[in-house]
Amino acid sequence: MFIEIQHINKIYTDKDNNANTVLEDINLEIPKGQFVSILGPSGCGKSTLLSMIAGLTSASSGGIVVDGKNVQKPGKDRGMVFQEAALFPWMTVTENVVFPLRKEMNKKQAIERARHFLQMVQLSNYAGHYPHELSGGMQQRVSIARSLAMDPAVLLMDEPFGALDEQTRSRLHGQLEKIWIDTQKTIVFVTHSIQESIKLSDRIVVMGTRPGTVIADIEVDIPRPRDEHKQQVAALEERIMGLLKGEIDKVINEELAYEARS
Amino acid sequence: MKPAVKRLIFFAALILFWGLGSHFELWHETILPSPFSVWDALVAGFTDLTLVYDLIASFRRLLIGLAVSLLIGTALGILLARSKTADDTIGSMVLALQSVPSIIWLPLAMMWFGLGEGAIIFVVILGGTFVMTLNVRTGIKNVNPLYIKAARTMGSNGIDLFWKVIIPASIPYLVTGARLAWAFAWRALMAGELLSAGPGLGYTLRYASDFGNMALVIGVMIIIGVVGAVVDQLIFQRIEKNVLKRWGLES
Repeated sequence: MFIEIQHINKIYTDKDNNANTVLEDINLEIPKGQFVSILGPSGCGKSTLLSMIAGLTSASSGGIVVDGKNVQKPGKDRGMVFQEAALFPWMTVTENVVFPLRKEMNKKQAIERARHFLQMVQLSNYAGHYPHELSGGMQQRVSIARSLAMDPAVLLMDEPFGALDEQTRSRLHGQLEKIWIDTQKTIVFVTHSIQESIKLSDRIVVMGTRPGTVIADIEVDIPRPRDEHKQQVAALEERIMGLLKGEIDKVINEELAYEARS
Repeated sequence: MKPAVKRLIFFAALILFWGLGSHFELWHETILPSPFSVWDALVAGFTDLTLVYDLIASFRRLLIGLAVSLLIGTALGILLARSKTADDTIGSMVLALQSVPSIIWLPLAMMWFGLGEGAIIFVVILGGTFVMTLNVRTGIKNVNPLYIKAARTMGSNGIDLFWKVIIPASIPYLVTGARLAWAFAWRALMAGELLSAGPGLGYTLRYASDFGNMALVIGVMIIIGVVGAVVDQLIFQRIEKNVLKRWGLES
């Protein structure tokens, strides 16, 4: 399988020396080219899991293999788009996209490549601008172009549209879907929005909280574009809502118990 | 009304009040000379070039001292930010040194370097170094972790990560550090010159005071104030503002 996540556990001890299990025995196999959403309430460890695939966080036990290679540290084969655009403010848009390319090709080639990917996210006109001159949605598009320019085997996205307004988000959904179809990249997309996951992905991995586990693995076989199949979308939304209902109650009960104790 | 116009009116009013006070002898000429006497003293000083030589001498010391203090300060700041042991040991000493005016080093510096250029430049260097050190240290430690994470996913690490991401990301702190270092160095320079041999603005100030030339004393004070304000506002604040805007820290 293209991405293999095997028996991942993540336990951390807090300052009172209590062991907290963030992730418990996560097993996932993701084939090449699939658009997978990891969906769950906050605190389910979905971002931690993504960060592990990126190589930014280590697991307590278990292993992750991407394209036949064991994940030990971050690498250009795994592009990451964060919730905030994470563009370097002292560089222009082009310089930002060139950053990951500068060592493996000459300047001219790198700038040419940056231009190609900026075109893909429809920002060619802003190549010479600085990030602070761009809106949040535009910054996030640059960040996507920057990741794609590295030609990674997989694109990891950690709630990339979470901080944007509804209209911008909806437009970017369309763009991302088109980019995915054009480039055929494998995308692992972390979100807490049920609608977002249904709109975009081939497959939704629903995670529960405390400890973080996979509670459902759903193939989405609604034809694209999915806006045209409102009934099926609504049915699936209801089904996932039912799955998560218990999880959200669990979080609330735990918080209440904690309040009562303290 | 534009701030510049307001400022102009304010200073004109201040000088007018000062001139009228002198004219009606609200205070004695030997205590507070009139603006005309001060103006005459300044014109005389610039015509016989003593003030020009003073300015050149002072700026020479300042530029050497500031350049050295920015270099040492940056190097020391990087060391403190990167090494926990250095931060725990040298760091606490820098904090202590930063809290004392650098002029208290002058007696020692005179023993070491004699009563000349060396001692004053040493005091100027000490004046600027520690504030630069602390700002560089804070800047490097406060780099947004997101930039570092993003850079690592793009294949950057080690020395490349440090020079291409961490240092540029801390430039706003470096600029603030340089501005404060200039201000501290300028104060240290004036104090040092007051207590040592000339030429130099501080030396001329004391010389004029010894000879009871209060008009020149005030004239030199005005020069010191104007130089300080001009360098700070026209050079450093402008750079700082541009950098903060570019780095997205100020809208």
